[in-house]
Order: sequence, then C-alpha cells, then structure tokens
Amino acid sequence: MVTGGVTKFAKAHPAMDFRLMVKRAYDYAMHEIPNLTRERIDGTRISYFSDHFSRQLKAASMVQDYLGLNPKGSVRIEWGGATGGECFQAAYEAIASGRMDVCLAAGYETMSRVATWKGNEFIALASDTNFDFPLGGFYTGYYALMVMRHIYEYLRLTRFAHVKDEREAQRLAIREGSRIMSLVSVKNHRNAMHNPYAQYPKRLTVEDVMNSEMISYPLTREQICTMSDGAAVALLCSESTAREFTDRPVLVKGVGTGTDTMRLSDRPFGKVPLMPHETEKDYAHLPYPGVHSFRAGRAAGLEAYRMAGITDPNRELDFVELHDAYASSEIQTYEDLGLCKYGEGYGFVERGDPFLKGIDYGFPVPRAGATPVNPSGGLIACGHPVGATGLMQAVFAFWQLQGTIPKHFHDTTLQLKDPKRGAIHSHAGTGSAVTVSILERGFR
Amino acid sequence: MRARPPVYSRFREVQAELAKSGSAIFRDADGVESLVIRYPYSIEYIHSYAEDSPFFLALAEGKLRGSRCTQKSCKFVYATPRSHCMVCSSPTEWVDLPTKGRIHTWTTCHFGSEAFLKETPYNLAMVEFEGVGSLLLVRLKDAKESDLYVGMPVEARFDPAPKYSITDVWFVPT
Repeated sequence: MVTGGVTKFAKAHPAMDFRLMVKRAYDYAMHEIPNLTRERIDGTRISYFSDHFSRQLKAASMVQDYLGLNPKGSVRIEWGGATGGECFQAAYEAIASGRMDVCLAAGYETMSRVATWKGNEFIALASDTNFDFPLGGFYTGYYALMVMRHIYEYLRLTRFAHVKDEREAQRLAIREGSRIMSLVSVKNHRNAMHNPYAQYPKRLTVEDVMNSEMISYPLTREQICTMSDGAAVALLCSESTAREFTDRPVLVKGVGTGTDTMRLSDRPFGKVPLMPHETEKDYAHLPYPGVHSFRAGRAAGLEAYRMAGITDPNRELDFVELHDAYASSEIQTYEDLGLCKYGEGYGFVERGDPFLKGIDYGFPVPRAGATPVNPSGGLIACGHPVGATGLMQAVFAFWQLQGTIPKHFHDTTLQLKDPKRGAIHSHAGTGSAVTVSILERGFR
Repeated sequence: MRARPPVYSRFREVQAELAKSGSAIFRDADGVESLVIRYPYSIEYIHSYAEDSPFFLALAEGKLRGSRCTQKSCKFVYATPRSHCMVCSSPTEWVDLPTKGRIHTWTTCHFGSEAFLKETPYNLAMVEFEGVGSLLLVRLKDAKESDLYVGMPVEARFDPAPKYSITDVWFVPT
C-alpha cells in the first residue's frame, strides 16, 4: 500500500453525492504521492454495501466514470459489513495474481438517504428474510442475543458461579458485562477526540454509556455505531513498483477470510479451531461457536496469521483496528483473533490491554498500551459507512505504520511509538463473513 | 414557475420539510446549497417459500416442523429447517418438533426497523429443544424483560389467524 485517503464521516453530506465523496478521498490520496499519475493505475475494485441506500444500480461504474478511470478494468465488491475489508483484499489479489501492477480500492456508503429506522431495515435485510427478518428486522437485536449468551458463558458461569439463585446470577452477570462493554465505548469515543475524521468523538463516563438509551437489552445507544456517509480509498501496488512512489510503503503480509451460517440458529456447537498458543484443554467444555463467538473471525485470523507467520498475535501485533459495530463484538473479537483466550475478553478490557498509553479515560488502565485496539476510535466513534469502513481501517493502519498520524490528524496523541505490524478486521452480518489483513511497515 | 424551496442549515429540519412539502434546500457551514427532494419507493414481491414451504404451512395448522438429515451416520436434526444437511450435504426429511423448549439466549428490543417500530418493545429468544441440534429464533410474549433468563422453560403458541409468516408462532413461559 502506498497511499490512502478518507473523507470525514458524518451523519449526512448533502452537498456531496457518492461520486464526489470518493473523489475527495482519492484526491487526498493521490496528492500524497505526486509521482503516481492516474495513467499508472491499472484498474479498480469499488465497494458499497447496499443498493437500497444508493437507489442507483451500477453505482460503482459511476465512481469509475467520475474518477476518469475508464476504460480500465473494475469490479464492484459487496460482502455485507465486511464490504470494505473484502474490497481491500480484492485489490491485493489483483496485484498478487500479477493481473495489475497498481490497483485502486475505493469504497463508500451514503446511509443518510433514508431515516435511521428505515436504514436499520435495509441492514436487517442481510439476515434470512424467511425466518429472521420478519421477527423485528433489527441487527442490534441479533447482536444483543449473541452477547447475552457470551455473558452467560463467560461471566455467569465463571465470576458469578457462586451465586445460587439463577436469575440473580444472570442479572449480576449482565450488569457486569454492560459495565465492561461501557469501558470499550469510553475508550473508542475518547481515542476519537484526537481523530479529526471521526463522526462522534466525545468524553464519556461508564455511567453515561450504561445510562444512555436502551436499544436492545443489554446494548445501549453509546455501545452501538451509527449510520454514516463517507468514503475511503487505498492504493495498492506490487512491491517493486511501490518503491517508485514512496520510500515509506506498507506491506500486506497476510490476508484471511472466514464465513459462517447466515442464521444464528444454525451455528454449530463444536470444537474451537486452535491458535498456536492455545490447547484443546483450554476449551474442553466449550460448545463452539454457538451464538457467543464468531467462527468466521477465528477462521479469517488463522488464515491471515499463517500467511504472515504470526504464532502469538497478542505479542506480534503492535495494534489492531477491528470491527466494533457493537462494543460487545469488540470484546468477542479479541477472543476470535487470539489477542486473549476465549473467556478472557472481559478481563482483557478491565486490565487495560486494548487502551492507549498517555490518555486519561477517567478510570485506571493498568496495562494501557499492551495491545492497542481501535486507536482511531473504531466504528463506534468514527462511524460506519459500510462500504468505506474496512478501507478506513486500512488507511488509519497505513498512517499508523508510516508514522504519519500526526501529519494527517494534526495531532500526535494517537501515533503509536514505532509500530511495525498491525491487523485490520472487517465483519459482516452477525458474523457470517469476516476478513483479516496483516499490514507491516515496509521500510527501515 | 415554482417558488424556491425553503432553506435550512440543519439536516433534521430538511427532513421535516420533506415530510411536509417534498422539497427543501440544505445550506452547509460553507454556504453551499443543495436541493433535497423526497423520493418514495415501494415494491410488492412475489415471494415463494419454495423448499421451506412445508414449515410455514405446518405453522398455520398449529404445528412446529423441523428437518432431519436422512444420512444414517448423521441424522442431524434442525429446529430451523434446511432441506439439505449443513454437516453432510444429504437431503433432509420433515419431522415434528417438540413444542416445549428452553431459552438459549434472549433480548428485549426497544427499537426495531421501521416496519416493526410500532411493536416495540418486543422480546426475541433463541429456543433450544431436547434432542435437536440447532435453534429456533422466535418472538417471546407474555413476559417482561425482568422475568427472562437463559434456561427458562417456554412453549409454543400459534396464531389462530395465520399469515404464513414466522410470526405465526411465538413462545410464552410455561
């Protein structure tokens, strides 16, 4: 990867349609590497999630057209919430196969074109429309079902095992889970105060998050990402070509994808596919994935780590930008990606591992900086214009590895010290598809 | 000639104006003006339940049907039917499901997508059945948020005026 660009994510950008939004992100990226002219781009991969939001079929052709890239080759990429992550990997594949030498990955979403609850309906159409959608058509409801079971498996049966009354034990576990999810929400919103691209930077307390409007029990408004308009682009080249354009390229060292059943009802109760640092004994009595974990995320992580030669992700990744559409799924994803073992996600947050050093979150974070997760603010605070989101993560990770966060954010706070390797993680439809890509600094 | 639509600097006001008159002008912080119009869209689908049809026809008769893999070494039973087995890809056959089960997980939705907002708050539950390998996602009625817990025994109720939808069945605490 040699350059990238992002528009500021916002509730609505009425003065820009999707073509102009992508163009703005593209111009920003191209401005960074003046040696790379438009003629050198061999083709594009263009992503947006929903034709319903666009109400314009072949919208990717209109982006290609607007950027003046005809008659070069292009394909539209759609893969639910993981659309942006998949677009990044599609561009990687175009280069890795030798088909292209320079490929532009560009994505957008314009969700402001319908009211919020209609938008929720469009998103929920990415669930089985015979069996799931007619019950309420609500993604937050699905993720609430999943975290409820996660809390049962990993808080009720552990921390609250001593409580005899079943209802009381579950009530306490849910409250504990909600408190810990709120720590994640505080972290991501707080980090975003130093990211000028973020939609909802703010300083929150755990109480603010827990007391915000209940959306689907136990998930509250501040634990959930919102609808956004935005675009992002990433420009990928073969390694030799990359050095023509920049002396600070970032290498794509691993790509992985995983899938699972569309319906939560069908998720199996089997065995955990193990990471090198785990043993069968760790999960002797754990039915997996059930509805509490994302097998697709585990599969994507395993593939990407194998390709990148990573055996202990927690030690070998300097940071992770992951798909926190819900504070709950951030915690579930720590475990899927092997940043900690299954069942340790809540403790991982409480110990402070995913927090940044040097930021005052309003509570103690003893191990801050151990494994920074979503230093940018993630989806919860940056926004989630679906087709752009996975590419936004690629751009933030790229700047992080280049050491250019201070330049692009006009603020030094979020720049990690000398990061060498990071992961980006994009997640679709209740965990039905996940992509993980490993990025590494490509210069000394 | 038509009068210029009213100008607003907040998107929320634009939305309100669209509901009233169908057009508005949004002026952003830089003074750029954009014309915004209401743009309705509705569709009626001709939707076939196809291989899932027997499940919905059974609901209308007050029965819950799942499917079972016909492969002798597999015999996986699905609470949410699949016409082919996800474990071994063999065809499945229809079986009657128990009408009593337990809550595997649950939530109370205080919002929903537009079509369901008027029904809020409503409970969703995934139900597990004895001897069945997969779950069934349903609405759970006659129970408050504070009553519900994982493991709670529940049983099926059927709509006496079925609409051929998954909502023809719901569960209640036993």
